[in-house]
Amino acid sequence: MNTVKEIEAKNDINLSEPFVCEAPNDMKKPESWTDNIKYLIVGILFGIVFVKAEIISWFRIQEMFRLQSFHMYGVIGSAVVVGMISVFLIKRFNIKTISGEKVEFHSKKFQKGQVYGGLIFGLGWAITGACPGPIFAQIGSGYVVVIATLLSAIAGTWTYGLLKGRLPN
Amino acid sequence: MEHFFEAILKPWPWYVAGPLIGLTVPTLLLIGNKSFGISSSLRHVCAACIPANIPFFKYDWKKEIWNLVFVFGVFIGGILATNFLENPNTFVLSEATIADLKALGIKDFSGLMPADLFSIETLFTAKGFIFFILGGFLVGFGTRYAGGCTSGHAIMGLSNLQIPSLIATCCFMVGGFAMTHLLMPIIFRLF
Repeated sequence: MNTVKEIEAKNDINLSEPFVCEAPNDMKKPESWTDNIKYLIVGILFGIVFVKAEIISWFRIQEMFRLQSFHMYGVIGSAVVVGMISVFLIKRFNIKTISGEKVEFHSKKFQKGQVYGGLIFGLGWAITGACPGPIFAQIGSGYVVVIATLLSAIAGTWTYGLLKGRLPN
Repeated sequence: MEHFFEAILKPWPWYVAGPLIGLTVPTLLLIGNKSFGISSSLRHVCAACIPANIPFFKYDWKKEIWNLVFVFGVFIGGILATNFLENPNTFVLSEATIADLKALGIKDFSGLMPADLFSIETLFTAKGFIFFILGGFLVGFGTRYAGGCTSGHAIMGLSNLQIPSLIATCCFMVGGFAMTHLLMPIIFRLF
């Protein structure tokens, strides 16, 4: 019987993490390339909403952080309310996925990273006017310079991965 | 019907856009048991392209390819909305924000982004370095350290009543307020 530590060392993985990825794929059935078209369509619709509601706008983010418009608060607030009701209904009525699987939810564990990382992301959000989602829609809207922001964000993610063990969490 | 098309071209109000974004949560859960979260895509890019033997990037990213397809969709959505659903009217921004930003030196208020800042020429200046390179780095580093961004924590996490997500969301806001009110005036004065 191998201990968890041994398995971790052997495979060079960390099993103590709650899950490998924060937005995990919990579908048991393997999906083919054509199955991914669903996510492409949802992504396209999502991108259109981002642009049409001007969430991708650097100015709108400034308005939000200067408390000079309700728009962004309304968007995020109503999105959360609709999300909450949906999650409640899925749990309450045990609604299954279209392929008949039970919907998986993950509870998040409190870690100091949520504070430190949250503050760091907030600084970046206000200066770039972009969360990771809108970055992609900004580039699609023709703001070519945002490609630099995206590459830098990838570099930031990579650097976090490199330093992870040495950061307080 | 004409009214409908007119309304689609105009900027969408929060009470249309917010619920649509909220509906992404059950849509992704029900079509494929996927938890909504966008910043993870950046991690998958690292895992796919530059894992460099770092344990954090050693996982089966191919299983998470849906997330990369999703953000590619967001990119396509940006192209479609900007080219085919363009707002015929001028961009409306709150007067107070215009006054504040004018005081910082922003001149162009005609588009979604300040054209005097979001240009390739700016990118190669010290100001551009802070706004795009450093800013982007903070977004990528911060979201991963926090374990999610506005989608994964603020929307998916809060929808699932997760206290850590509430803490993270509050910290996003505090960071944003600090940048806007404390640091940005200094940055604009420097350059």
